[in-house]
Amino acid sequence: MAKSLAPAAQPAAWANPSRLLNFLVDTAAITDAELRKVRHDPYELIQRAVQPVLWLVIFGEVMAATRAIPTGNLSYIDFLAPGILAQSALFSAIFYGITVVWERDLGIVQRYLVSPASRTSLVAGKALAAGLRALTQAGIVYLFAVLIGVHVIFDVFRIAGVGLAVILGSAAFAMFSLSIASLIKNRDRVMGFGQLMTMPLFFASSAIYPIAFMPGWLQAIALVNPLTYMVSATRALMVQPDLDLSSLAVDFGVLSLFVVVLLLIAARLYPKVAI
Amino acid sequence: MNSSIQTRDLTKNFGDVLAVNALSLSVQTGTVFGLLGPNGAGKTTTIRMLTTLLPITSGEASVAGFSVSREAEQVRQSIGYVPQLLSTDGTLTGYENLLVSARLYHLPRGERRDRIHSALEDFGLFDARDRLVRTYSGGMIRRLEMAAAMLHQPRVLFLDEPTLGLDPIARETVWDHLRELQESTNTTVLLTTHYMEEADELCDRIAVMHQGVIAGEGTPTELKAQIGPDATLGDVFAQLAGGSLETGGGYGEVARARRTARRVG
Repeated sequence: MAKSLAPAAQPAAWANPSRLLNFLVDTAAITDAELRKVRHDPYELIQRAVQPVLWLVIFGEVMAATRAIPTGNLSYIDFLAPGILAQSALFSAIFYGITVVWERDLGIVQRYLVSPASRTSLVAGKALAAGLRALTQAGIVYLFAVLIGVHVIFDVFRIAGVGLAVILGSAAFAMFSLSIASLIKNRDRVMGFGQLMTMPLFFASSAIYPIAFMPGWLQAIALVNPLTYMVSATRALMVQPDLDLSSLAVDFGVLSLFVVVLLLIAARLYPKVAI
Repeated sequence: MNSSIQTRDLTKNFGDVLAVNALSLSVQTGTVFGLLGPNGAGKTTTIRMLTTLLPITSGEASVAGFSVSREAEQVRQSIGYVPQLLSTDGTLTGYENLLVSARLYHLPRGERRDRIHSALEDFGLFDARDRLVRTYSGGMIRRLEMAAAMLHQPRVLFLDEPTLGLDPIARETVWDHLRELQESTNTTVLLTTHYMEEADELCDRIAVMHQGVIAGEGTPTELKAQIGPDATLGDVFAQLAGGSLETGGGYGEVARARRTARRVG
């Protein structure tokens, strides 16, 4: 069991195959545990799908009837469905920190932090689990969109692409929330912070209207908002007949960049949660 | 002398508060060392520094031969820790809780299942292995936590108030497991406790902490002899920690301790 002593200056994970392997094994262990919890209590996931469905039905029908929002070659409901799918992922991931504070108050978090698993893998495992949870929820919204007649394009690669965008976006928001929670360590304040963030993130994105529709200052915010890229990728893959590959590459590139940067930040902040 | 835990001038400040003040102690390999003291004496802070959860303000500490500040990863590889708060997840089963540990400590894939099963048997939890831990009793949770902390056969085991909130029978069971561990392995144990009879029963050596420093140290027999012929450890405690049982604590800590006691009790 005794691991051979690592040299004093340890190389980064990507430069050392055994460290990379450890990272993947530990990440998988955490993700597996998180998903087992969902399997023991799946009702929460189903509950979370109710709100986006209501958005589609109520907001979607009303706004489609007003014809106030120019959405180019797409009908409004086709335009809205991918936006709501991304929004539902944001709305659950942004409150992920509440779970982190809960685990801190119980003491569970300490058990993980005294294990030899790297902080990066602990955070990555939780973020991946948050992404996979969001995927289930997105699947329900997806099926519902088909049911109410959204012109979804069926193609294995497109569906896989939507799944990837949901995982990346949710992981990014979950790590953002985890970082905040590691600093403020109070459930009510993490909840308040999540509520504070959802409005600007949601409205400064192309979830419910095109970016061109916004005033200049809001467009600027939308450009640095990960939700914009998540919506853009989801919309292109889900309902746009002609794919703009370079725009898709930008969307996934930016989302991946957010994930990597937030992983590095969150891994530094996570140990503070136990202090 | 071969020591598994060694500290020199170990110090921790929280702002203006000096929680641990230049603590120097040495725990011999294979022995059980008890840290006693009133709430707020610095026991838990000491354990949290030794388990790498809390950065050190100044001084040095080594566990299993590794520096707590410079070789944190090797320290974590060598230790097991049962914190005062809960450390198992109520929304997973007993088996699943141990599975996470087995995977994070990289037990060989082929051995995992057998080692988890034998740990569950050792701690009398085999029949409850597929039940969610939130349906366990306090004593069962404590036993599961000990099983999780010992699954990877750590060289040093930290137990923070291992019997807090347990009924006398569950407490006896925890003691039995610790004695068994002592007889069968060479594990070094550092535990904190409020219960004098627990310290008397289990510990080879005891240090009484008070306001961040060690007020007295020795074997239970030595400490009692210093006070008088018929002295108990309770007398030793009262003498060394003074009448100041009211230091530390505060609303937050009381709330946490009570919640823990309720959940595990």
